[in-house]
Amino acid sequence: MAKIRRNEKKEMPALNTSSLPDIIFMLLFFFMTVTSMKEVSYKVRFTVPQATELTKMEKKSLVRYIYVGTPTEEFRKQYGAETRIQLDDAFAEVSEIENYIVNERSAMQESDQGQMTVSIKADSNTRMGVIADIKQALRRAYALKINYAATQRTSY
Amino acid sequence: MAGGKKKVPALNASSMADISFLLLIFFLVTTSMDVSQGLARRLPAPIPPDQKIEDTDINKRNLFVVKINSMNQLLVQGQEMNVRQLKEKAKEFIQNPNDDPNLPKVFTEDFGEPFGMVAYTPDHVISVQNDVDTQYQAYLDVQNELVAAYNELREECAQKYCHKSFNELDEETQKVIQKIYPQKISEAEPKNYGGSK
Repeated sequence: MAKIRRNEKKEMPALNTSSLPDIIFMLLFFFMTVTSMKEVSYKVRFTVPQATELTKMEKKSLVRYIYVGTPTEEFRKQYGAETRIQLDDAFAEVSEIENYIVNERSAMQESDQGQMTVSIKADSNTRMGVIADIKQALRRAYALKINYAATQRTSY
Repeated sequence: MAGGKKKVPALNASSMADISFLLLIFFLVTTSMDVSQGLARRLPAPIPPDQKIEDTDINKRNLFVVKINSMNQLLVQGQEMNVRQLKEKAKEFIQNPNDDPNLPKVFTEDFGEPFGMVAYTPDHVISVQNDVDTQYQAYLDVQNELVAAYNELREECAQKYCHKSFNELDEETQKVIQKIYPQKISEAEPKNYGGSK
């Protein structure tokens, strides 16, 4: 019968972790390629509507965003649960949109100014009254190229 | 130097994993997964304040009216309709394949090679009117279906004359097809119901 040696101390062989950096780097590159930098931190919560005829927005630097939705939990007390507009990092009124767009446009290069696109990221439950106000403001600011942000519809 | 080969001491790379983990976590936190895509539209130029809104006279047969009420119900050309039927109806209106006197007037024009004589309806207008309380999703559904109708017509046209997909065609041919099927979706000027502005 084999002798069972119990008292002898056995050391665990060291795990070879030399390929760990490679694996992590691979993950890193994967995430770097499939994601894009976050534009702002959202102060409003929204789920964009669904559609099928989508076009991808080219030239991210020429796109400005208008977020429309209900304030997130932490801003509920201050701003209530009504639909609000967010420009860049702050809440805004409809009357401020025109100024914002004009300022943003004049900060761009002159050759790019005509290419500016405004993307409206609005919650699918928003009432059209708000959207119509925004559209009128954009028209006054001569930002006529717009884009209604939406996600691909998978089923009806 | 002594003739013997000198061994290079192994680099201690054990912290490499930590460094790359750090980078990975940084990118995970600062980036977002969603790709920006959406329905591209063009707004009409603003009306100067001193100019009165003129009621442009559009022949009734050239007009396709889509109304959305506050309950997100559709009224297309005076009859109630589901969103899913809208695309077919719009396509029939834009094309007017049977030269129906109630649908837009058909003109035939020479568009050059490889199109030749093509029947089209240059004067048609699709008008979308919505209520203040309409849901954004319902409004976008309608816009989406109308854009889909145009896209399908253009695709069909490209397949018929060029035997290629619309996206594969060169820019000039695409422009010609866009001229045959121009996107004419008009939105009513929102009415002002009181208020200071």
